[in-house]
Amino acid sequence: MSAAAPPLEREPAGRSLWIDAWAKLKRNRAAVVGAVLLGAIAVLVILGPAASRYAFDATDFANTSIGPSWSTGHFFGTDTLGRDIFVRTLYGGRISLLVGIVATAVSLSIGVTYGAVAGYFGGRVDALMMRIVDILYALPFMFFVILLMVFFGRSIVLIFVAIGAINWLDMARIVRGQTLSLKQREFVEAAQAQGVAAFAIIRRHIVPNLLGVVAVYVTLTIPHVILVESFLSFLGLGVQEPMTSWGALVNDGSRELQSAPWMLIFPAVFLATTLFCFNFLGDGMRDALDPKDR
Amino acid sequence: MLSYTIRRLLGAIPTLLILIGFAFFLIRAAPGGPFDRERTLLPEIEANLRAAYHLDEPLYQQFGRYVWRLLHFDFGPSFQYRDYTVTELITAGFPVSLTLGLCAIVVAFLVGVTAGCIAALRQNSRIDHGVMAVAMTGISIPNFVMAPLLVLVFAVTLRWLPAGGLGDGSIRNLVLPVTSLALPQIAYLSRLTRGSMIEVLRSNFVRTARAQGLPAWQIVVRHALKPALLPVVSYLGPATAAVITGSVVIEQIFGVPGLGRYFVAGALNRDYTLVMGVVVFYGVLIIAFNILVDLAYAWLDPKVRYR
Repeated sequence: MSAAAPPLEREPAGRSLWIDAWAKLKRNRAAVVGAVLLGAIAVLVILGPAASRYAFDATDFANTSIGPSWSTGHFFGTDTLGRDIFVRTLYGGRISLLVGIVATAVSLSIGVTYGAVAGYFGGRVDALMMRIVDILYALPFMFFVILLMVFFGRSIVLIFVAIGAINWLDMARIVRGQTLSLKQREFVEAAQAQGVAAFAIIRRHIVPNLLGVVAVYVTLTIPHVILVESFLSFLGLGVQEPMTSWGALVNDGSRELQSAPWMLIFPAVFLATTLFCFNFLGDGMRDALDPKDR
Repeated sequence: MLSYTIRRLLGAIPTLLILIGFAFFLIRAAPGGPFDRERTLLPEIEANLRAAYHLDEPLYQQFGRYVWRLLHFDFGPSFQYRDYTVTELITAGFPVSLTLGLCAIVVAFLVGVTAGCIAALRQNSRIDHGVMAVAMTGISIPNFVMAPLLVLVFAVTLRWLPAGGLGDGSIRNLVLPVTSLALPQIAYLSRLTRGSMIEVLRSNFVRTARAQGLPAWQIVVRHALKPALLPVVSYLGPATAAVITGSVVIEQIFGVPGLGRYFVAGALNRDYTLVMGVVVFYGVLIIAFNILVDLAYAWLDPKVRYR
C-alpha cells in the first residue's frame, strides 16, 4: 500500500490479514518446501552457469552425446552437438522463469484493470464487459498463440505479450467479484462522498485491497504460463536456437530418448519441480489468503 | 428447458463470429504469403495464382466468401497439399484424433471421479493424501514431458508397449498416447470430485440418510454422487479444450496421423486455409461441446434453467 494512502486505510485489521496469512502459510509444510526449492532453483539458474567451464552455445565435438560425469565437466552430459546440458538447462530455466514472470505481469495488469473497472462501474458496463469475457472464454486460445508465433516471427517479446494476453480472463473474473463486494465498504463510500474520481478510487482504494486475492492467482498463473511457453517451445514455435527453454530442451531430449536419456531427464526434472513448487505454494497461499477459503 | 436451449444456441453466434473473424484477419495480417518461395514467380503467374485463390479481392469480400463457404462445410483447397481440399484433410485426420480424445476423456472421467470419491470418503487418511499427491503430480508434469518419460519407461526400457505410430490400430498402440493425454485431466477431475464430494457428504440430506442406517456406498451412489458431480460436469468443457490442445503435441510425439499433426505442419508451412480450417473446426467443436455441457448441467440442476 502506498504511503500516499489516507490514514483511514491503515486500520490494524487491514494489517492483521497479512500477519494471519503469513502465519498460516508458514504452518503449511508443502508451501514452505515449495518456496525454498523455488528460491534454490532461482539462485541456481542465475549463478549456476558460472560454475561450469562451458558456454550454453559452445559445441564440444570431442564429447558429443556423452553421459553425465564430473571428470569432463559436463555435469548433466552433452547433447548430440556436444553442448553442455547443465548450462543449457540453467539458461533454459532463465528463459522459462522470465517468461513466467513477465507474461504473468502482462496478464495481471490487463486482468486487474479490466476486472476492477467492470466491478466498480457495475450495471451495463459490467454486463457488457463480462459478456465479452464469456465469449472469449469459449475460444481455443492455444491455437491463436500458435498462429501468432507462426505468422509474426518467433520473438521473445511476442511470447510475453501473446501468452499474457490470453491468460487474463480468470484474473478479470476474480478481481471483478472482489471489487463488487469491496465497493460496498465504508472507505469507498467515504471516498465517493469526498468526490474522488472513479479511476482514482479504483487505483487508490480498490486495487490495493485486492492484493491478497491477486497474490494467490499470480502464484497459480506463473506455472500455467511457464507451461504454455514450454508447450510452444516444444512444438518448435517458441524460443529459437541457440537460445533455449525447458520446453525446447524436453523436445530435443524426447528425440534422443534411446541414445541419450539424460537430455530428457534433467530439463524435465527442472521443469516439473518448478511447476510443482509453484502449485504447492499457490495452494498454500490460497488457503492462507483467499477469503472464500476454498 | 427448450427456451434455455434456444437462448444458449443463440448465445454461441457472437462467439463463432469472433472465432472466425480472429482466425481470418490474423492470418491475412501476417507477413509472408503462401506463394513466397526461393524462386520468385513471374508477376503474371503470381497474379493469376492470387486471382485463382481470390487473394486479390478486398478483405471484407474474402471474409464474406469464407463465411459463406464455411456454411457449406467447404474449407477451400489446401495451399500446401495441392491435390487435397482442407475438408478432405480434416476428414482424414479427425477420426484418429477423435478416437484418441474420446478415449482420454472417458478414461479421465472414470478414473478421476472414482479416485476423487475414494479420497473424499477417506478424508485425511493415507489413501486421501496419496491420491492428492498423485493428482498434484499429474497437474504439475505437462503431458509433453510425461509422454516421452512414459515411452522411456514402458517402451524403451521395459519393451511392454510400442513407442509410437498406430500400427494395426490395436489397443496396445493407444495405451501410451491415451494415458499421457488423460493424466492431467484425471488429476483435475479427482481434485474437483474430492472437493465437492466432501461438501455434499456434510450436507443435511446425507446426514439423514446416515441416520436411517443406509450403508456408505449406497449413500454415495444413490444420493451424494449426482450433486457432487455438478462441478465435474461443468469442468468437462475446459477438459475437452485441454485434451484437444494436448492432442497436438501427443500426436507429434507418438507419430499418430491425426488432425493435430496436420495443424502443426500447416502452421509451419503457412498453409492459410488448412490452419484456418483446423482452428475453426476445433473452435466450433469446443463451442458445441460447451453448449452440450451447459445443457447437461441445466438438466442435472434445474435452478440454472430459470436464471
